Amino acid sequence: MSAKIENRIWDKDETLCRADLERLQVQRLRETVQRVAQVPFYKQKFAETGITPDSIKSAADVRKLPFTTKADLREHYPWGFLACDPKQVKRIHGSSGTTGKPTFVAYTKNDRDMWANLCARFLVSGGLREDHLCHMAFSYGLFTGGFGLHYGIEKVGAAICPAAGGNTPRHILLIQDLKPDVLIGTPSYALHIAEVARQQGVDPRSMSLRFGHFGGEPWTEEMRTKIEADFDMHAFNNYGLSEVIGPGVSGDCIFRTGMHIQEDHFLVECINPNTLEPVLDGQRGELVFTALTKEAFPLLRYRTRDIAVLDHGKCECGRTTCRMSRVIGRSDDMLIIRGVNVFPSQVEEALLRVDGVAPHYLIEVSRPGTMDEIVVKVEISPQAFSDKMRQMQELKRRIDHEIHSITGIRMGIELVEPQTIERSMGKAVRVVDHRKTQAGLSMPKP
Amino acid sequence: MEQTQTCQPSGSATRFNPESAPDYVPLKQLRALQLHRLQAIVGRAYERVELYRKRLDALGLKPQDLRKLADIAKLPFTVKTDLRDTYPYGMFASPLEEIVRLHASSGTTGKPIVVAYTKVDLDVWSSVMMRTLSACGLHRGDIIQNAYGYGLFTGGLGAHYGAEALGATVIPISGGNTDRQIMVLKDFGVTAICCTPSYFVHLVEKALEMGVNMKTLPLRAGIFGAEPWTEAMRRYVQEHTNIKAYDIYGLSEIIGPGVASECECQAGLHIFEDHFYPEIIDPQSGAVLPDGQEGELVLTTLSKQAMPMLRYRTRDITSLDTEACACGRTIRRIKRIARRSDDMFIIRGVNVFPSQVETALMNVEGTVPHYQIVLTREQGLDKMEVRVEVTPELFSDKVGAMETLAKKIGHSIFNITGIHVQVTLVEPRSIPRSEGKAKRVLDQRKM
Amino acid sequence: MKLKQLSVFLENRPGQVKVPCKALADAGVNILAMSLADTEQFGILRFIVKDPAKARDVLAKAGCVVKETEVLAVEVDDRPGGLLRLLEVFEKANMTIEYMYAFNANRPGGKAALAFRFDDPEIAVKALQGAGINAIAPIEL
Repeated sequence: MSAKIENRIWDKDETLCRADLERLQVQRLRETVQRVAQVPFYKQKFAETGITPDSIKSAADVRKLPFTTKADLREHYPWGFLACDPKQVKRIHGSSGTTGKPTFVAYTKNDRDMWANLCARFLVSGGLREDHLCHMAFSYGLFTGGFGLHYGIEKVGAAICPAAGGNTPRHILLIQDLKPDVLIGTPSYALHIAEVARQQGVDPRSMSLRFGHFGGEPWTEEMRTKIEADFDMHAFNNYGLSEVIGPGVSGDCIFRTGMHIQEDHFLVECINPNTLEPVLDGQRGELVFTALTKEAFPLLRYRTRDIAVLDHGKCECGRTTCRMSRVIGRSDDMLIIRGVNVFPSQVEEALLRVDGVAPHYLIEVSRPGTMDEIVVKVEISPQAFSDKMRQMQELKRRIDHEIHSITGIRMGIELVEPQTIERSMGKAVRVVDHRKTQAGLSMPKP
Repeated sequence: MEQTQTCQPSGSATRFNPESAPDYVPLKQLRALQLHRLQAIVGRAYERVELYRKRLDALGLKPQDLRKLADIAKLPFTVKTDLRDTYPYGMFASPLEEIVRLHASSGTTGKPIVVAYTKVDLDVWSSVMMRTLSACGLHRGDIIQNAYGYGLFTGGLGAHYGAEALGATVIPISGGNTDRQIMVLKDFGVTAICCTPSYFVHLVEKALEMGVNMKTLPLRAGIFGAEPWTEAMRRYVQEHTNIKAYDIYGLSEIIGPGVASECECQAGLHIFEDHFYPEIIDPQSGAVLPDGQEGELVLTTLSKQAMPMLRYRTRDITSLDTEACACGRTIRRIKRIARRSDDMFIIRGVNVFPSQVETALMNVEGTVPHYQIVLTREQGLDKMEVRVEVTPELFSDKVGAMETLAKKIGHSIFNITGIHVQVTLVEPRSIPRSEGKAKRVLDQRKM
Repeated sequence: MKLKQLSVFLENRPGQVKVPCKALADAGVNILAMSLADTEQFGILRFIVKDPAKARDVLAKAGCVVKETEVLAVEVDDRPGGLLRLLEVFEKANMTIEYMYAFNANRPGGKAALAFRFDDPEIAVKALQGAGINAIAPIEL
């Protein structure tokens, strides 16, 4: 393992004593309730339950507030949840919606600065210094991953090579020639880079990379061990979602016993997704976040559908914030493919746009090497079948185009004969996920 | 065109942005600033970059020998191959700790050209891009959809930082996914778009197909660059939408976008010459040509810390216009770039050299078969087709194997150029030879 | 017993199939079996002749890209279901047929004949032998 990384804290607010932290949370939660009182969705809910900022007396009072779901965002597309003057919006990002319309989120200048600071916190806690060069393997664009980390790195004062998505040989060439210290991207892509490098006769351990910050998809301790061995580097996990802010919701410290949630900006709950009641530390539940400081797009009790475990115990690093385990599952059918969120309903919508395919399909996800592969098996209808290869190829291309334009990713398309996809009684099985990403918890046993 | 003679600034143009002040500096003051900065940058380059020191020494030149601006002609040229030969860090004039950003652009073969920025360089870049957007009539209230690709290419992040410096709303949508681009244009009240001009033509045509009338949208400005385009294209997009279409210019070796921009008069591109000193030379003899004459544009960066470029040969053919512009800017203008003095071509904003394609073919096959690059434009979208003659060694009786071969060649070209091309396998001797050497690039793009 | 098959690369445009066919006709070479595979961009014409060496020469001179590969040709009874037994043999040997096509001339004894392309023709030959089926030898063409 490469040189030890020293324990550093970027922002003193990460170490507030719990009492001060809660006081800050309560004050900020009241401000948030005040701020969203004019958002029609919340206005109506508040009217129904009589909520005012004064209803908030402790952090636990967050439970009096209504939940917000992805479906709510869709219903109020695009700007129903905007809580600031539209003139103050300075950045717009988006993520996959459950159908063709993506979910959009907005940032004011203050939101942007706060976001950069949160990313700087976890980057620094995982070893970033201002004289480092970071190789950015996240793509930029509406996706928040690239920009969150980008501005965090700039905030710290380190250098960025914005290599962005795709083209692995080019990534390897740049890493070899420019000798970056830090790799940023999805963990599966890091493994892919190592694998392709070895195929090219390059030992990834000989690369200059000393540590990496990975996120954007669920991963396991086994993958961490493999990345660390492959590159001889330290691998840190970070977590976030665009509806909450993007990356920067939580991240590993050097002790890596769960990711520290930035509780001064996000109030976290862990609930039973069926009863909606809170679960105890150490028990699996769905994470729910309430934004405490966001101006443009503060969501109350946003249901992430991510299943994890919380730990309020003390951490050796000195941060007083609560830690979360890796995401160990979902409470809905969303898939994360190469860092991109995909809903089976999006695929269904794409197929409906193409004449000649039956609405019977099966999504198969696997990770044959290091990269996710996703194949959609589609039954062709007898009318669409042609003896001409070029017509069949054209049909495949249309399906590919529609799926790409809705989901933003390319999937393998396999045309299969009618009646070959298994019909199950009741709810059809639409997804078969062969990936082994749902490993055990990374939480330490107390 | 009439408009080019008398400029009628529209409402937004009257909003003077104080940060655009350097565009209007009295000429005498501007020249003095340029000389001052030139002396400093040549000094920095001489002290910190071996290549410059050796070249100046070989000519017996010292930075102090630059007493007036015209003395710049004494300096040796810098060319793209210098960047390749010193790859990756040989041209840096700042220690690596001070570098905060790297970008890259196409090299002539497999290796890219790497460029670097300090914090100050990024600030300069943001400010010239802010001046660009401001010259195009944008201000802090605009909602800007940035459809330039983000990443190593300077277009995306350059426009992004400029728009943030302006205080506008940025939608960093990046390139591709036309359906989503149109949905966002429509749903978010976008007022300005940054992309390549050909991609915008594609958006216009796609929108028509989707039944979206661009004229009903609040979109009022298009900031188009990264590839050459024509007045015919401008007329087309201005007729089909309510935008004013502006031409902007830049290249990574100098800073990225933000080297020059049209103003609301749309009559030539103002060079931000307080940072980039322009000359026009005869590409054959290297002699400096008088103002107004057409030749190759040569640029010297006057303030760039990390990677100063002295007399960098852009290979772009244009001319310098010294006449006062109706907009009041004192900085000089260049004409639209129409041609190049080398065989580089630009496709969807990406620079491509035929030699890169050769390297890619070599990587797949070990030899370079006869090939031809055919450039077309369908619905505004540039297409690059590489026709490769099938040799007996490459041929297989299996359809799958042939398709795999075409895919491998396409992949190899993508790895080097970053462009997805269509690879067409053709019969031997079907590509015309002209006097032994085949015509490598067939550019059939219209408009 | 394996046969030599010739294949020719063709671009998708009118008149392209004529080029190799005319060259063979002019040289007096008769085509015994043929197929044309179509894709979006190009076609592959495959055929079997009595004298592949000569045909190959003729085609090369006509400027075609020619490839020689080994295929298996097998006679079957020219009646419904005649092919089935053969396919069962291949299935048992766990072999995938890359492609196949039929001979155009009537075979002696009222038999039909088919050409098969496998990744590894040797295994196919063995499988056939094991089932007591003989592939057509070049001399039998």
